Amino acid sequence: MNPPLILRTSAPLLLWLPIFVSLYVLVRGHNDPGGGFIGGLLAAGGILFFSIARGPDAARRVLRLSPVSWCAIGVLVALASGLPALLAPGQAYLTHLWWFPNVGVTLPLSTALVFDVGVYFTVIGTVSALFLALVELDKSGESA
Amino acid sequence: MPGLTTLALIGPLMIGVAGAILLALLPIRRPAMAASVAALIGLALYLPMLPVISAGGSLFAAFWGSTSLGIVGGLRLDGLSLIFALLISGIGALIFIYAHGYLSDDPRQKRLVVFLLVFMTAMLGAVTADDVILLFVFWELTSLASFFLVGYKHESLKARKAALQALLVTGSGGLALLAGLILVSIAAGTTSLSGILSAREAVLAHAAATPAMLLIILGCFTKSAQVPFHFWLPNAMAAPTPVSAYLHSATMVKLGIYLLARLNPLYQNEVLWQGILTFFGVATAVTGAVLAFRETDLKRVLAYTTVTALGTLTMLIGIAPALSITAAMTFLVVHAFYKAALFMVAGIIDHETGTRDAASLGGLRRSMPLTTLAACLAAFSMAGLPPFVGFVAKELIYEAKLELGQTAAFLILGSFLVNAATVAIAGVLSWRLFFGEARGFTQAPHDPPKAMLAGPILLAIFGLVAGGLPTAFGNALIDPAVTVVLGRPAEVTLKLWHGFNLVLALSAATMALGVLFYLAWGRIVPRLRGLEAMDRYGPSAGYERLLAQVMAGAETVTTTIQHGSLRGYIRTLFLVITTACIGTLIIRGGFAWPRLDVLVDPRLGIALLIVVGAIAVMVARTSIQAVLAMGLVGFATALIFLSFGAPDVAFTQFAVETLLVVILATALMRLPLRRRDLRTGREKSVDLAVALGGGLAVALMLAAVLASPFDPRLSLWFGAESVPSAHGRNVVNVILVDFRALDTLGEITVLAVAAFAVVALLRRTPETPEKASQSPNLAKAEGSR
Repeated sequence: MNPPLILRTSAPLLLWLPIFVSLYVLVRGHNDPGGGFIGGLLAAGGILFFSIARGPDAARRVLRLSPVSWCAIGVLVALASGLPALLAPGQAYLTHLWWFPNVGVTLPLSTALVFDVGVYFTVIGTVSALFLALVELDKSGESA
Repeated sequence: MPGLTTLALIGPLMIGVAGAILLALLPIRRPAMAASVAALIGLALYLPMLPVISAGGSLFAAFWGSTSLGIVGGLRLDGLSLIFALLISGIGALIFIYAHGYLSDDPRQKRLVVFLLVFMTAMLGAVTADDVILLFVFWELTSLASFFLVGYKHESLKARKAALQALLVTGSGGLALLAGLILVSIAAGTTSLSGILSAREAVLAHAAATPAMLLIILGCFTKSAQVPFHFWLPNAMAAPTPVSAYLHSATMVKLGIYLLARLNPLYQNEVLWQGILTFFGVATAVTGAVLAFRETDLKRVLAYTTVTALGTLTMLIGIAPALSITAAMTFLVVHAFYKAALFMVAGIIDHETGTRDAASLGGLRRSMPLTTLAACLAAFSMAGLPPFVGFVAKELIYEAKLELGQTAAFLILGSFLVNAATVAIAGVLSWRLFFGEARGFTQAPHDPPKAMLAGPILLAIFGLVAGGLPTAFGNALIDPAVTVVLGRPAEVTLKLWHGFNLVLALSAATMALGVLFYLAWGRIVPRLRGLEAMDRYGPSAGYERLLAQVMAGAETVTTTIQHGSLRGYIRTLFLVITTACIGTLIIRGGFAWPRLDVLVDPRLGIALLIVVGAIAVMVARTSIQAVLAMGLVGFATALIFLSFGAPDVAFTQFAVETLLVVILATALMRLPLRRRDLRTGREKSVDLAVALGGGLAVALMLAAVLASPFDPRLSLWFGAESVPSAHGRNVVNVILVDFRALDTLGEITVLAVAAFAVVALLRRTPETPEKASQSPNLAKAEGSR
């Protein structure tokens, strides 16, 4: 069962458009609708479409690491985002710190964003792990 | 010199941790020798503190506290800690050198060395911790390291079982200990160990003082293999010999003794404490001595004599007077010397002859002269012959009991028999193995490489030197420890020669009886072995039965709950929801109906879409149609969120719904598109009733929620605080990543774990495709479709 030609051809668009949108959604999340969770879902959607269009192996190549590795990286990033607070006196774990460096415009940087990136990676990892495992079950079922 | 103190206390731990990590990561050619250097550095850091400690001082360094959790943290080195720290690092260094020879051709040597190093570090931490929580963490770390070390030969079922047994017994004791320590620190108002000891009155006056003490004793007893928990120790002999020599003779099993001694100033005048320790100590010593006579495997014999020694130590702490503590501390060091040496000798014999059966071996003297020397020196100390330090210790033990007067008659009788048995075993380990006619081996054995001989010979010589210079040994090491354990200075001088008195007569009688036991050894062992009742009703059998019951119980629960029928799971889910909602409403009298004007809202027209979607699911001919109809329900819900001003939730709902439809469609493509409904009419009506019940329950619950007034405090607070304290205008996201970040962390961890589980479940390993399709759960699932 080969995917239709149009789908195969537009696969890169189906992959990268959601991923770029997801990054935008991730970054703006603190002030407008969005955030790591929604961003992660969008990006995972892109990977799902790409996997349907070009097959699970191609999707794995895009991910580079295995989906569960992305889950682990995400949780570790989120865990690590709480650590800098421990260096500040009297702050509890996961108290987020903020910097506002001025490079022409004021950039709001924070460990909260790092935390959200962790959520983002975990969601991408989980959804693609579920989907790829299901799709590959199909494939191995045919070959067996 | 605060810097030097900090270095001496924290340095050994840091070196242990760094060493373990470096060894694990780097390709080091001689890992055991490198670990030995780490242990020696630790020893070199502790030794300069000896003069300060001998003068009665104690050193403190801040370490690992957490004020927000109420943990004080900190390390302290005093007389008692120093004895243990020196034994752990000193014997540790020798054990690593021994392991270098013993495991020279083992490709997994590095793993063993890394775990041994972790273990050593944990032990050093446990004996220097000045905080009960810190102590507990290190205590459990030793149990974990021991699990991996005992189970080192993980291909062997016996080793795996022994590792699990040691972990379960000491681990459950550890839980009791944790409870006890927490109770004590609540009573004292601090987790600091020295703080607890100085708040003695408050701790003893607390309502939970006795349960706390009993729980702590329980934890110490499991760790130090006291009756009835002694059985895990001989089984742990499945570990490689360097591990047995280190963990199961000199260090880990003494950790319980350490804590009993450490807390002795707190409890020493409590009758219950004295009674329990004395009774179980004697019982353990006698049990160990009797069971040692049932074994011929060298390592198991040694394990049971270790049980005996641990019992003796517990008893000595239990009998209150000052002398017994001096006896305990002396015996502690003496035992560590000779027992570690004898374990290493047992390993050498095993290595060279291929057997550890004491009954068949003999006459090894000619082929292994140096091993013979080490074994005999250690065994003489074990038997308590002068001028070895074992003699000093044994005399003290007798003296301590005689001091008690006539009430101690049974104690003296007990230790008389136990000591005689120890003499006999020492004879078996020296005379029987090495002298007489050569037997029990085929190719000629010879002395092992220097690395393996260094440990036993050095330790045996220490025993001789300490016996020759008892006063110096006592002043430098024993007295400061006794002062700590008693809470006041010791007044006993260690002596080799006490003159002709009752104690010497007892010693002589012990020797004579010991020789008799030795001569009868060949006849006693088969007879005791013949007593099968000891196997059938012992605590070891009890452990097996308990474990089997737990397993059977788990299987029953699993097969009942995890029956494999998807429809069954969904039915259970809905029934639980129905019962929970309706039950709560009935119990709390919560049935209520909201004012109907809230239902007059044009936006609710979207709800009609949900109704249409739900009906479409029911009448759908194919599963794909049903999934699409479900999607309609989901999108309509998202629209409702959007229209009520929750763009974030709506956004998420849209994304989730899209992905769900894609994933479900992919999964359903594996199934036939059109399938007949195989349910009977009755099953259909049951399902209908369950579905209607669930719907009704949720509807009633929602009605009750709408009818009760809304408490806006939290939403107002979040709304007001979002920008000033978290620099974000999107309250939903601020709650997720900042205000309730710990919750989110938990949630993404659950996501990750779920992903791991799904990948593991769906992975079809190529080598067992038949197995996968034959598993009962899958078969049932097929049948129920």
